[in-house]
Amino acid sequence: MPASKRPQILVTGAAGTLAQEVIGQLRESCDIVAVDFREQVWLGDDIPSYCIDFNKRVFEDLFRRFHFDGVIHLGRIMSSQETRLRRYNANVLGTQKLLDLSHKYGVSRVIILSTYHVYGAVPFNPALIDEEAPLKAAGLTMDLVDSVELENLANIYLWRYPDLNIAILRPCNIVGPGVRNAMSTLLSGERAPVLAGFSPMMQFIHIDDMADAIVLTWHGEKRGIYNVAPHDWVAYQRALELCGCSQLPIPSIPPVLPRTVLRLLNLRRFPPYLMDFFKYPVIIDGRSFAEDFGFSPKRSLDDIFHYYRENKHPV
Amino acid sequence: MSLTEFLKRHLVSRELDERIDEIGKPIGSLGYDPWGYNNETLKIGYALTQEIYEKYFRVEVDGIDRIPAHGPVLIVANHSGQLPIDGLLIGFALASRKVRPRLPRAMIERFFPTVPYLGNLLNQFGAVLGDPVNCAKILANDEAVIVFPEGVRGSGKLYRDRYQLKRFGNGFMHLAMEYNATIVPVGVVGCEETIPTLANIKPLARLLGLPYFPLAAPVVLPAKVHICVGEPMVFDNDNIPEEQVTARVELVKAAVGEMITRGLNQRKRIF
Repeated sequence: MPASKRPQILVTGAAGTLAQEVIGQLRESCDIVAVDFREQVWLGDDIPSYCIDFNKRVFEDLFRRFHFDGVIHLGRIMSSQETRLRRYNANVLGTQKLLDLSHKYGVSRVIILSTYHVYGAVPFNPALIDEEAPLKAAGLTMDLVDSVELENLANIYLWRYPDLNIAILRPCNIVGPGVRNAMSTLLSGERAPVLAGFSPMMQFIHIDDMADAIVLTWHGEKRGIYNVAPHDWVAYQRALELCGCSQLPIPSIPPVLPRTVLRLLNLRRFPPYLMDFFKYPVIIDGRSFAEDFGFSPKRSLDDIFHYYRENKHPV
Repeated sequence: MSLTEFLKRHLVSRELDERIDEIGKPIGSLGYDPWGYNNETLKIGYALTQEIYEKYFRVEVDGIDRIPAHGPVLIVANHSGQLPIDGLLIGFALASRKVRPRLPRAMIERFFPTVPYLGNLLNQFGAVLGDPVNCAKILANDEAVIVFPEGVRGSGKLYRDRYQLKRFGNGFMHLAMEYNATIVPVGVVGCEETIPTLANIKPLARLLGLPYFPLAAPVVLPAKVHICVGEPMVFDNDNIPEEQVTARVELVKAAVGEMITRGLNQRKRIF
């Protein structure tokens, strides 16, 4: 291999804003191949882009053809999308296929995007949860089982195949322009539901900072599991206030009442299985990632909320 | 104007505002810390507690300057009186001391986070879920923490058992040793009489998911409260068997007991 060869990277979830930010940052120095299972996106003439299901045999052809040095796996289906079975197939079995192929074709760096939801929202959570804390989400709701399973799987590969150099990132709420997850949709709305009497502490990371974190991980060498979150916190209801959202209180006790109300409403931005995340805090400690990769977020909470406040009524 | 702003304008003087800001706490850009402490809410809480502290419970404090002004500190006290009034009063005593005040955290029972409004409010005043991980991280932050090693055994005790210390857990000693925290024993006298309890209705407590359900008058009586602070105790972090850790805990328990006796001797009348 010539010394000047540019690294070849496979980026999954290319239709998402985060992947496109990451691609934007890496395209100068790396050759990128973009894939997404949802749609084919055009990212410029220099980036081959495919709409492909990881579980199909043709997926392997990409590895045969491009000889990837790295895989950045951002294509996790969020809990608010698709059915449980489809999510399980894509997130767990699809990732397994991806990791198997990465091993088979000698990929030397794999970055997997997970979520802080895996810790689960329970009233007894301590604050500043470390990476070694147990993942309680699977015991709380069936809808987060695939997220926890994806992590377990990545963990097995992390230890079994050290040459893959797997880094698993568990970010807090990713928000900002173009982000379409439940939290971002909630903050962009006029009214946001709150559980009466509960305003848990939350963390938010700007999408540009998250993209920086992923790029730093790509350039870094450490493998392992890392929380990614700024060392700053805000109560949920205060965040809504700063985003200019009016609050829509939902009776919170007994717990069966809000669950029933949310099931009946079935709001995408406030799904019933994420209800406890709006009740109990899940505050993660992102300091080891910051130290190991020299990460320091550039956008403050004020910047983030300012964006949502100013874009309430787009022209 | 929000309720917080309204209360702040009417209750918080400029001196108080500056005083709390001066004490300083490790907080984020919007005034919160990871456990939910909020600087602005605390100022309102401070102003309200001052009234209760000075006029209702007429608290007398002995030796508050013994609590170190810097570094990790565990303030270990007896627990009594069904509600965490004792924690509030100790916290206020330390926050309002003339020389080098501190804003301590109080470790609270595990059922509080499930109670709407109250759980969040306690967090904003600096109370933290009583979890060893929380305590460890707070000590690593060089903060002062109020702990009640008796837990619900202490707060839920009946009037006939007043001022009898229940079993102390060993957790606080392990944390003090690991984080090189100074232990300050504190005896609180008077809180036992604030909500005298005749019995604990266990089936009702179980039904409501509470640690206990006291059979008591539904009022908080204005008992006079004495807080006696003992000499700081420092323990090394040697790798010792649990038996010796328990022996150290007993030393602290005896020191707390001594402070209670001192408080009872100082007390001239209950109300």
